[in-house]
Amino acid sequence: MNFEPTETQALIQRAARDFAARVVLPIAAEIDARATIPPAVVRALGELGLMAVNIAPELGGSGAGVVAYALAVQEIARACASIAVTMSVTNMVGEAIARFGTSAQASHYCPALARGDEGLGCFALSEPDAGSDPGAMVTTARRDGAEWVLDGAKQWISGGSAARVLIVWARTGPPETGTKGIACFLVDGNAAGLRVGRPEDKMGLRGSSTVPLEFASCRVPATAMLGSENDGFKIAMMALDGGRIGIGAQAVGIARAALEESVRYAKDRRTFGAPIAEHQAIQWMLADMQTRIDAAHLLSMRAAAMKEAGRPFSREAAIAKLFASEAAIAVCNSAVQIHGGYGYTRDFAAERHLRDARVTTIYEGTSEIQRLVIARSALA
Amino acid sequence: MDFELTDEQRMIRDTAREFAAREVAPKAAELDKNARWPSEILTKMAELGLFGVAIPQEHGGAGMDTLSYALAMEEISAACASCGVIMSVNNSLFCDPVYKFGNDDQKKRVLAPVASGEKLGCFGLTEPMSGSDAQTMVTGAERTAGGFILNGAKNWITNGPHADWIIVFAVTDRSGPKVKHTAFLVERGTPGFTQNAADHKLGIHAAHSCTVFFENCKVPDANIVGKVGDGFKVAMATLDGGRIGIACQAIGIARAAFEKSVAYAKERKSFGVPIAQHQAIQFMLADMATQIDAARLLAWRAAKMKDQGVRHTAESAMAKLYASEMATRVTHKAIQVHGGYGYSTEFPVERNYRDARITEIYEGTSEIQRIVIAANLLR
Repeated sequence: MNFEPTETQALIQRAARDFAARVVLPIAAEIDARATIPPAVVRALGELGLMAVNIAPELGGSGAGVVAYALAVQEIARACASIAVTMSVTNMVGEAIARFGTSAQASHYCPALARGDEGLGCFALSEPDAGSDPGAMVTTARRDGAEWVLDGAKQWISGGSAARVLIVWARTGPPETGTKGIACFLVDGNAAGLRVGRPEDKMGLRGSSTVPLEFASCRVPATAMLGSENDGFKIAMMALDGGRIGIGAQAVGIARAALEESVRYAKDRRTFGAPIAEHQAIQWMLADMQTRIDAAHLLSMRAAAMKEAGRPFSREAAIAKLFASEAAIAVCNSAVQIHGGYGYTRDFAAERHLRDARVTTIYEGTSEIQRLVIARSALA
Repeated sequence: MDFELTDEQRMIRDTAREFAAREVAPKAAELDKNARWPSEILTKMAELGLFGVAIPQEHGGAGMDTLSYALAMEEISAACASCGVIMSVNNSLFCDPVYKFGNDDQKKRVLAPVASGEKLGCFGLTEPMSGSDAQTMVTGAERTAGGFILNGAKNWITNGPHADWIIVFAVTDRSGPKVKHTAFLVERGTPGFTQNAADHKLGIHAAHSCTVFFENCKVPDANIVGKVGDGFKVAMATLDGGRIGIACQAIGIARAAFEKSVAYAKERKSFGVPIAQHQAIQFMLADMATQIDAARLLAWRAAKMKDQGVRHTAESAMAKLYASEMATRVTHKAIQVHGGYGYSTEFPVERNYRDARITEIYEGTSEIQRIVIAANLLR
């Protein structure tokens, strides 16, 4: 048992922390207000190796492992949750291509995603009527000679308007094949027949654009299939397991920021003749925030370490994501409470943190889905 | 970062688990019902080295690390929380401070027999009107030739009715703005040191606690632990370690209740299917599993930091706070999963629920843990 980061992990963590403090934090409120991330920031993340932390150096990645990745996401999320999710998803897309793709696919896409200068990596799994239950998806892929023809709609696609490449899940078998007849395709962001819809007007994560996609006779070559024809569901589940580590880390990062701002405010703001930090009512909230953050951090690191060691980690990733996301909301809620009326305004970051945290119990598997995964493991 | 146990840690966990299943669990209900002190189990625990797990072998202990102690505590407590706290008090509250602050003579004379389990230790800090706030302590010690004369009472002393030795805290200096305490070792049978009958409690029935009295009880200088006036420091350092033990006790109780709930949910049917197939039950089980894992990692982190010799006051407080409140929640849900049967003494979750409740109170209430954590944050 060792709870200390290795040298490499600490190096990545420091790089992410410094970059977050120097470049991201000063513009975090503006990113939220303008609902856009400057492309230069994404390029800079690429230069630091943070867009491909767990990808082999031969493919342009940092080769630093899953724990380093989770630490980096946490540090970036502490400054800006929108950039953290952008980073997290691109990392995961790169990993999925490196793991399941042919060497041609990997060498074509991974270095570009790692650099961050040609656009983002995106997952296109959810549909308007198929979220937690991917077996209900209706997007189809029809074989036509040397090509596949994609038709259907996808929903909630993070970064979809700035995609270099999307992993698109589509049904190659009839609906009654459920989760079996699903395949994955690598689709370029500028592919003909792919229409990007209007960005969603969201409560939080406003810097990260989330779009609906429409595939209308979108033709991709047969070589665009990721894995084999019936691997889609398996790839989705494995990608989500890994993704949950990132979202757990993102949630911890948001919560840490909320706690740090609360501590600062509590020492500064006075009521009844004393800084509010001296009132037990406030101290209690701070103590509970810290305790939950530490537990969430440890759970998220454990899941990361298990994935890195090549061990099964679905249960642990679900536990980390469930706990961290629900902790983040509770912590951010307390942060707003500690700030009082100021916490309800956009003059203080606590307001943004609460909005940003709220999505973490929803995307990459709702809390309800995490509980199903955990219960299934308990009852196995 | 690595979350794997060493072979040695795995071995002590497995040994304790196997022992607990064979020797402890079958008797837990009876011990609880009769509030019976588990002498025969304690003898066997001593043989396994469970009374001085993290004390070096040369001082009578098993020479393992704190993480091994944490693992063993969870296993024993999962079978019987009373046995867990008897063990925890001996290890954390008695052996640990004598090892850390005691002199060579005390380690030889007092620590070795207690760490080996031949003798039993207890810890006297709390008083009838002074629990969380040690500044209000009434028990005092006056200088006399060759030692101190102790007067006062200590209550809720776990192991008190049976212990051979107590480490007791008394005020030795009231001259300054803050009183100063000193830690003393007092042997059972010392004139002026007496024990009340055991307390009647909600849970941990087999772990006897009582009020102890000191009436003109003379303690020789040779039995002062650490320096005169350093008692508060000794007590606080001790509790930093003790809280790891209690966190693991809480985790053990919660795990037992969780495992029973899983088994029951697979067996019991409602609406034509095992209740495990209803999401209402699945979600309770998922939350229980999640919270147990979170508590365990917090406890293990604190244990690891103690082994590394770094300050772990806040980390122990977080582990104890979270684990104890978690155990109350988890055992509450375990009763809910069991329905009416869970409320009956025929099923062990009823005992688990009563046993869990103390963990939020002793060795620093949840309120004290929050003060410790907040103080660390606001430094």
